[in-house]
Amino acid sequence: MPTAPPAGPNYGRNYLPFAYPALLITAAVIIFPWMFTLFMSVHEWKIGSAREFVGFANYIKLATDPRFLESIGNTLYFTALAVVLPIILGTAAALIFNERFPLRGFCRAIFILPMMATPVAIALVWKMMFHPQLGVLNFILSLVGLPPTLWHTSAETVIPTLVMVEVWHWTPLVMLIVLGGLAAAPTEPYESAKIDGATWLQMFRYITLPLIMPFVVLATVIRTIDALKAFDTIFVISEGGPGTASETINIYLYLQAFSFYNIGYASAVVVVFFVLIIVLAMVLLWLRQKSKWT
Amino acid sequence: MSAVASGSSGLGPGLGWHLKRLAGKLGFAFAVFVIVSPAILVMLWMLSLSLKNEVDNMAFPPVVIPSPPTFANFEAVFENANLMRYLVNSLLVTGGATLVAILVGVPAGYGIAKASAHKIAICILIARITPALSYLIPLYMMFQMVGLTGSLWPIFITHLVITIPIFVYVMIGFFESLPPDLEEAALIDGCSLWQAFRHVAMPLARPGIVVAMILSIIFSWNNFVFGAVLGGRQTRTLPAAVYNMLTFEQVAWGPLAAAALLVTAPVLILTLFIQKEIVGGLTAGGVKGG
Repeated sequence: MPTAPPAGPNYGRNYLPFAYPALLITAAVIIFPWMFTLFMSVHEWKIGSAREFVGFANYIKLATDPRFLESIGNTLYFTALAVVLPIILGTAAALIFNERFPLRGFCRAIFILPMMATPVAIALVWKMMFHPQLGVLNFILSLVGLPPTLWHTSAETVIPTLVMVEVWHWTPLVMLIVLGGLAAAPTEPYESAKIDGATWLQMFRYITLPLIMPFVVLATVIRTIDALKAFDTIFVISEGGPGTASETINIYLYLQAFSFYNIGYASAVVVVFFVLIIVLAMVLLWLRQKSKWT
Repeated sequence: MSAVASGSSGLGPGLGWHLKRLAGKLGFAFAVFVIVSPAILVMLWMLSLSLKNEVDNMAFPPVVIPSPPTFANFEAVFENANLMRYLVNSLLVTGGATLVAILVGVPAGYGIAKASAHKIAICILIARITPALSYLIPLYMMFQMVGLTGSLWPIFITHLVITIPIFVYVMIGFFESLPPDLEEAALIDGCSLWQAFRHVAMPLARPGIVVAMILSIIFSWNNFVFGAVLGGRQTRTLPAAVYNMLTFEQVAWGPLAAAALLVTAPVLILTLFIQKEIVGGLTAGGVKGG
């Protein structure tokens, strides 16, 4: 018989089964494997040989593994640059795209192309452009009178070089998020500020920035998570090299698992990496709460 | 930065005002040019590399405009007999994962929106936060134990982790903005919850489904790490196959650029044609695969 129309505080619960299949698949593909990771991380386990229970030995080894410690440093260095630069550039781009100008839609489409492009394909093109002898980038530098750079082939420049590609890829995502915030901003404060004779810079500092801050913070959280787990670009362009100069945690754990086949050890890296990501995400969210940017 | 009239007093704007306004406009146009040029330059250089012969590609100073342009690089890529197989692999994986995501992701988005079940949403969106390798290593071991390696199944299954969260995320936003009146009327008329969803809400949500589909296709197509880890010689997806050209064949820039262009061109063209829908879907939040 016809039921009453949706009512009551718990009526929504009836809709939960709609989400079960998706939840089940996600649990099966992600959450269940994590438990298996915990199990593997307390074993000495090489692909092709028998596993042996070693307790926390993998974790203790990690704490003194200079290569792993270096990879943490590399990851933080890469992440700091790959968060700050896209946030600044993306916010600036959002301010530009918030204005009305001819061909805006087309320019915006071009601008977001990098974030949709296949990262591996683009990384290959960058790699050819970075070539120290034949690459087009050193040629461009020579045109403006700058000395050539070694790009990804030198330990000093490899991380900034990789960051450059990362910035190219993901500045559009920051732009889109901040643009969403700008689109929702009210116009009245600007009108009264103009009447009061405020300069553009003052309006940006005291009206625009507070309005878009929640979106900038959201973009920062997303960028931080993405930069921490960056893989494709680094793997294709430098493979963690030269030497271990650009070996991030993600690259190190890939090498441990699929080049050296130390599955148990790699699993311990995963657990530590995971804790690092969660902690950083929590800190960012806590900062967001604390600043009352909701 | 709208050029604000500073308004000189008297009979109307003077020459200084016009000049200032013009300078403002030129400056703005220059800023637009600066922010879009990196995207254009990289794409154009990819095109240039793919259309030049090897002598020109290895020339320094670099040859910018291919003269005459050659399609030999593309021919060389297509001569690689396995390319077609990799293309089919990519189509099967992306198509299959998107299809399953429609089947489970659209109802999930609906259920979560209706029940305001944000905790469930977070459980599904966790895929967006965690590094792929954190579950790829155990999955790799498990697929090996079950004996699924050497087939496309492992890659297809892992791609669900890209496509389902995209659908869930886009659809939650979409269904939350949909007025509930029509479904409520259907419920009063005796429809079950499923019928109200299937015959009332879902047809209304078609535009949202299309956006989610496009995003899910693009990010699944672009994914590299799943195909690289789980794919074998016969079961690679296109991005993994293109990467392999770099390692296992004599590196020639022309064919490499041509292959890169072929992989990413469908995505770029799709983006240009439906950028408005994509922007709408993406601004809803930080959707991104992998």
